Amino acid sequence: MTEVLNAIPTVPGVPKPDPILVVDGLHRAFGGLDAVAVEHLEVQRGCITSLIGPNGAGKTTFFNCLTGFDRPQGGTWSFDGKPLHGRFAYQIARRGLVRTFQLTKALARLTVTDNMLLAARDNPGERLYASLIPAIWRDTEARNRDRARELLDRFELSHMAGELAGTLSGGQRKLLEMARALMTDPSAILLDEPMAGVNPRLAQSLASHIQELRDNGLTVILIEHDMDVVMGISDWVVCMAEGRVISEGPPATVRADPAVIDAYLGARHAPQETSSRPDPGEPLGI
Amino acid sequence: MDAVNVLLDALRTSVGPQAIVFALAGVGLNLQFGYAGLLNFGQVAFMLAGAYGASMTVDAGGPLWLGIVLGMLAALVIAMLFGLPALRLRADYLAIVTISVGEIIRLVVRSSTFEPITNGVFGYRDFAGWFYDINPIPGGRYGFGGFTFSERRLWVIVVGWGLVAVASLLVFWLMRSPWGRVLEGVREDEDAVRSMGKNVFMYKLQALAIGGVMAAVAGSLRAMDTEAVRPDFFFTIITFTIYAAVILGGAGTILGPALGAMALWFVVSFSEGILRLGIDSGVVEFLSLEDLAAIRFMIVGLVLILLVVFRPQGLLGRREAGLIDD
Repeated sequence: MTEVLNAIPTVPGVPKPDPILVVDGLHRAFGGLDAVAVEHLEVQRGCITSLIGPNGAGKTTFFNCLTGFDRPQGGTWSFDGKPLHGRFAYQIARRGLVRTFQLTKALARLTVTDNMLLAARDNPGERLYASLIPAIWRDTEARNRDRARELLDRFELSHMAGELAGTLSGGQRKLLEMARALMTDPSAILLDEPMAGVNPRLAQSLASHIQELRDNGLTVILIEHDMDVVMGISDWVVCMAEGRVISEGPPATVRADPAVIDAYLGARHAPQETSSRPDPGEPLGI
Repeated sequence: MDAVNVLLDALRTSVGPQAIVFALAGVGLNLQFGYAGLLNFGQVAFMLAGAYGASMTVDAGGPLWLGIVLGMLAALVIAMLFGLPALRLRADYLAIVTISVGEIIRLVVRSSTFEPITNGVFGYRDFAGWFYDINPIPGGRYGFGGFTFSERRLWVIVVGWGLVAVASLLVFWLMRSPWGRVLEGVREDEDAVRSMGKNVFMYKLQALAIGGVMAAVAGSLRAMDTEAVRPDFFFTIITFTIYAAVILGGAGTILGPALGAMALWFVVSFSEGILRLGIDSGVVEFLSLEDLAAIRFMIVGLVLILLVVFRPQGLLGRREAGLIDD
C-alpha cells in the first residue's frame, strides 16, 4: 500500500494516488505573522505521514485549523471527499479525523476506563432524555466496555483501568490519549508530538503501536521532533517552515533536501547528521 | 436562653426553610459547577424567576401552581440568555457574564420603569394561600421536647425536603449515565471532550438549564415560605452563599449540597446563638448584639477557609479527587 508513494515526484503539494485529506490555500495569520500558509497538501490514505519542521513552523497551528480548534482566515480542506472547513471541532471528530494534543489532556478526575468510554461514538445514553432510561444504553455501554478493555490491554494500561486518570504518569497519559483517540473509531488520527517527554523505551513501543495502526488500515499524521522516530516509521515526510510546506517526500529524500537542512540549521550550514537524539540504547548526553 | 436551646435552635434552622432553599438551589448549582465545571455566578437570577413567576401570576389572578411552572419556564429563558453568548466563552468570562445578567435582572425588576409590571421595590405579599390551603397536616405542633414545628412550617419542610430529594435523585440518575460522564469530561477538559466528537456547548446549556430550573423552584419555595417577594433579597451574595453550601458539602457529590446547606445554616445559627448567649451573660464584652448578623457570616467564612485548607474536597468529596491538580 505504501509502495505507491515511491513513484511520485517529491515536490511540495504533489498529488497523491488516493488522498484522504486534501488541503487548499489554508491561511492562518496572527497579526502580521503568517503562522500557516499551506497552498496545497494531500495526505495519502493508509500511510504514516510525518509533519516536521523547526519550532514555530506552524505545525500545531496547522493541526488546530484542520481539526476545528482554530479558525483559519481562509482555505478549504476535505476529508474522505467531504469538505470540513467551517465545521466545529466535534463535527470534524465525528467524521473520523481525530487528534491528540501536544500537552496531554487526560480527564484527571475520571477513571481510566471512563476516559475510554467517553470517547466511544454513538452512545445513545449521551442524549439527555435517553440517559434517564438505562435500558436504552445498557447494551451499547457493555460493548464499549469490552472494546475499552481490549484497547487498554493493547496499550498496557489494564492494571490502571479503575484508577483516576490524574494518577497516571506522563508516559501513561500519552498511551491513554492514543488509546482514547482510537476508541472513537477514527479513519485518520493526528498525533501531536506523541513521543515528547517520553522515555526511549516507551517511545519505541509507541512507535511500534503507530506502525501497527497503519498496518490495520488507519491513516496516521504525526508531528514529531524525534528524527530517529520520524525517519524510522514514516512512509512520507512533510517539512514545514514559516508556515509553508517547503519539502515533501520519502524520509530519506526529505532528510537530504538542502531546503530542509537550511530550515533547521540556517542557510550557511553544510549538510550533516540531522539526528537530534542519541540512539535509544545509549544514555542521554545531558 | 441556655446552651441547649441554642443547639435546638440551630438544629431547627438547619432543617428549616432557609436551609431547604439553599439546598435546592445548591443541587442545581452542583450540577452546573460541581459536575459540568460551569462558573455560574447568576444562580440567584433563576431563584428570582421562580419567586416572581409565582407571585406575579397570583397577582394577575392566575393559580399559584401555574406561577411555579411559569417561573421554571422563565428559568429556561434565562439559561438561554446566559448560555447562548457566554457558554462558548472561557470559564472566567462565563462567571462575569452570569454575575452581570443576574444583577441586570434584579435591577430591571426593581426599577420604577417596570413598576407597573413588577411592583418595583415593593414586590408582592400574601400570594401563597393555595399552598397552605392544600396542607393536609392538621393544626398543632409537631416534634419532641424543644424541637417542634407548627403545622404550617412542617408542611414547608416536608414539601421542601421532598423537592430536594427528587432533585438530588434526578442528578444522581443523570450522573450515572453516559450523559453524566460527558458532563464530567467537560469539567475536566472541554477541548479533550470536543476532540472525541461531543457537542460540548449543548451539554453545558443542558446543565445550566436543569440547574437553573431547580433554582427557580427553590425561589418559588422561598416565596411561598415567606409570603413576601422583594427584589432586594436577590443580591449576588445569595449566589455566593449557595456556593459556600455546595463547597462545604462537597462539590461533585450527590448529597453534598443538601448536607452543605444544613451545615452552613447550623453554623450560622449556632454561632449567632452562642455569641448572643455570651453577650447577654456579659462573658463576651467586646461585641454588641448589633454586630451579630455580620459576625456569624464571618464565622462561616472562617469555617470555609479551614475546610479548603484541611478538606478541599468538602465534607463528602473523595479525598484523592481533591488532591489531583489537573
